[in-house]
Amino acid sequence: MSTRGPAVSPAEVERVFREEHARAVAVLVRRFGDIDLAEEAVQEAFAAALRHWPARGLPPRPAGWIITTARNRAVDRLRSDALRAQRHAQAALLHDPDGPPEEGPVHDDRLRLVFVCCHPALSPNARVALALRLLGGLTTAEIARAFLVPEATMAQRLVRAKSKIRDARIPYRVPRDADLPDRLRHVLAVVYLIFNEGYAATSGPELVRDDLCAEAVRLGRLLAELMPDEPEVWGLLALMLLTESRRPARTAADGSLVPLSEQDRGRWDAALIAEGQALVRRCLRRGAPGPYQVQAAISAVHSDAATAAATDWEQIVQLYDRLYALTPTPIVALHRAAALAETRGPAAALDVVDGLDLGGHHIFHAVRADLLRRLGRTGEAAEAYAAARARTDNAAEQAFLQSRSDTLPR
Amino acid sequence: MAHYLLSIYQPDGPAPEPDVLDPIMREVAAVDQEMRDAGAWVFAGGLHEASTATVVRARGDEATMTDGPFAEGKEHIGGFTVVAADDLDAALEWGRKLARATTLPIEVRPMQGGSCG
Repeated sequence: MSTRGPAVSPAEVERVFREEHARAVAVLVRRFGDIDLAEEAVQEAFAAALRHWPARGLPPRPAGWIITTARNRAVDRLRSDALRAQRHAQAALLHDPDGPPEEGPVHDDRLRLVFVCCHPALSPNARVALALRLLGGLTTAEIARAFLVPEATMAQRLVRAKSKIRDARIPYRVPRDADLPDRLRHVLAVVYLIFNEGYAATSGPELVRDDLCAEAVRLGRLLAELMPDEPEVWGLLALMLLTESRRPARTAADGSLVPLSEQDRGRWDAALIAEGQALVRRCLRRGAPGPYQVQAAISAVHSDAATAAATDWEQIVQLYDRLYALTPTPIVALHRAAALAETRGPAAALDVVDGLDLGGHHIFHAVRADLLRRLGRTGEAAEAYAAARARTDNAAEQAFLQSRSDTLPR
Repeated sequence: MAHYLLSIYQPDGPAPEPDVLDPIMREVAAVDQEMRDAGAWVFAGGLHEASTATVVRARGDEATMTDGPFAEGKEHIGGFTVVAADDLDAALEWGRKLARATTLPIEVRPMQGGSCG
C-alpha cells in the first residue's frame, strides 16, 4: 500500500469499486462460503479505499487491493467471532492454504456468482435484487429506489434470498453443460428484466431509472466477458445497446413519449448503434440464432433506416417469422402483425391481431387502435385507445395514448 | 450432504382409476429404486386421504383435537420422500423425476442439519 499513484477523486474510487465489486464478492464467497460475510467485508474494503486512495493514489492493482483488504477484514471478523463464541472450527478456516488471492484466476468465481444470483429456485424479484446488489454493487437503498419499494422491503427480500441460498444450499458453481442452456436463459432474463424496468417505466425519479439501464448494459458486458462463446449473451447486449441508442429521441422536451416512427433519428446515439450492429453481425455469423439475437437484428434493421419511411419492413417481417418460430407467443405474433401492417396494409394486420387472445394487455389494444385509426374506423379506434389506456399504469404511456385518441377525426 | 423433504401434493378426492394409477405407481417405484441405487434414498411413505388426519393442540394439560388436515385446501400432501443430496440442484433433480413420475407438483424443502439421522 506504499506505492503512490496519481491522486484520485472519490467518484473515481466509486467507479473502480463498482467495476470490481462482483469480482471481490465472488472471490470472498468462494473463500468463506458466506455471502453476507463477503458483502460486508467488500463494503469495508470500499470504505478503506475511500479513506486511502484519494490521498495516496490508485494502487497498481486496484482489484487485488480490494480483494486483499476485504479478505483481511473477513478474517478479522471471523477471528473475533471465533474468540467471542469460542468457535474454533471456524477459526481453523483461517489457515489459508492458497496464499494471498490474485485477481487472475477468479474469472470463474464471478460466473459462479452470476448463476447463484439468477438461480431459478429464487423468485424473479429476488434474482433481480441479488444481481444488482452482488454483481452490480448497488446499495440496498439504491435498488429499493429504482424499484419503487420501501428500503425495508428490499432489505427483507435480499435477506430472505440469501437465507434460502444458504439453507437450501444453492450451489456456488457454473451449471454442467447439459443444464447450461436452460440456466443461461434465466440469467439473460434477469438482465433484460433490469433493462426493461429502466427503459419502459417512466414513473419514479428518472435518473435512477436511467441508471438501471446503464447497470443492465454493464451486466450484459460482464456476461459477454465471462461467456464469450454464447451468442445469445452477445445478442442480449446488442439488443440493449440498440434500444438504448434511441433514448435521446424517445421523449420530447415536455417528457412525452415519441413513437419510433416519429423519432428524430439524428438524435440517436451513433456510437451505440455502431457497436450494437457490429455485435449483431458477429453473433449471427455464429449461425445459432436465439430470441435475443433475432430481436437485436430487428432493432438493427430499424437503426439502418435513415428515415421511418426507409425502413426495410419486409426484412423485419421475416425476422419476426423467425422469432415466432423460436418463441411462439401471442406477444411476438402481435409485434409481427404490427410490422405486417407496413408490408400488407392495416386490414391484413388487423385480421391477425383480432385472432390473438391478448385482451388483458394494453399493447394489444394500442396496436389495434392504431390499425383501426389507419382504416378510418374512428369510433372503434377511440374505444381501443381507451381500452389500452385503462390497462397501463404508466403515466407517459397513458398521456401518449390520450394524445393519439385526441387526434382522431371527429 | 444435506437432507431434503420432497412432498407430493395431490388433489383431494377419490384416487384415479387403476388403469390411470397403475402406470403412475410403476413410474414412482422406478424413481424410488433409482434413488436407492444412487444412495440418495432415506425414507419414503404414502399417506391415507387428508380427511383421515387429526390435528392435536395442547391447551395447558389438555389436548384438543380437530378432525381433518391442518390446512384447508383442495390439495394436501399425499406422500413424501426424504433424499440425501449434495446441494439444491441435486435435490431439485430428484424432485423433477418424482414430479414427472407422479404427474403432481413436488415441494422440495431443505431439512435442518441433524434432523434426519
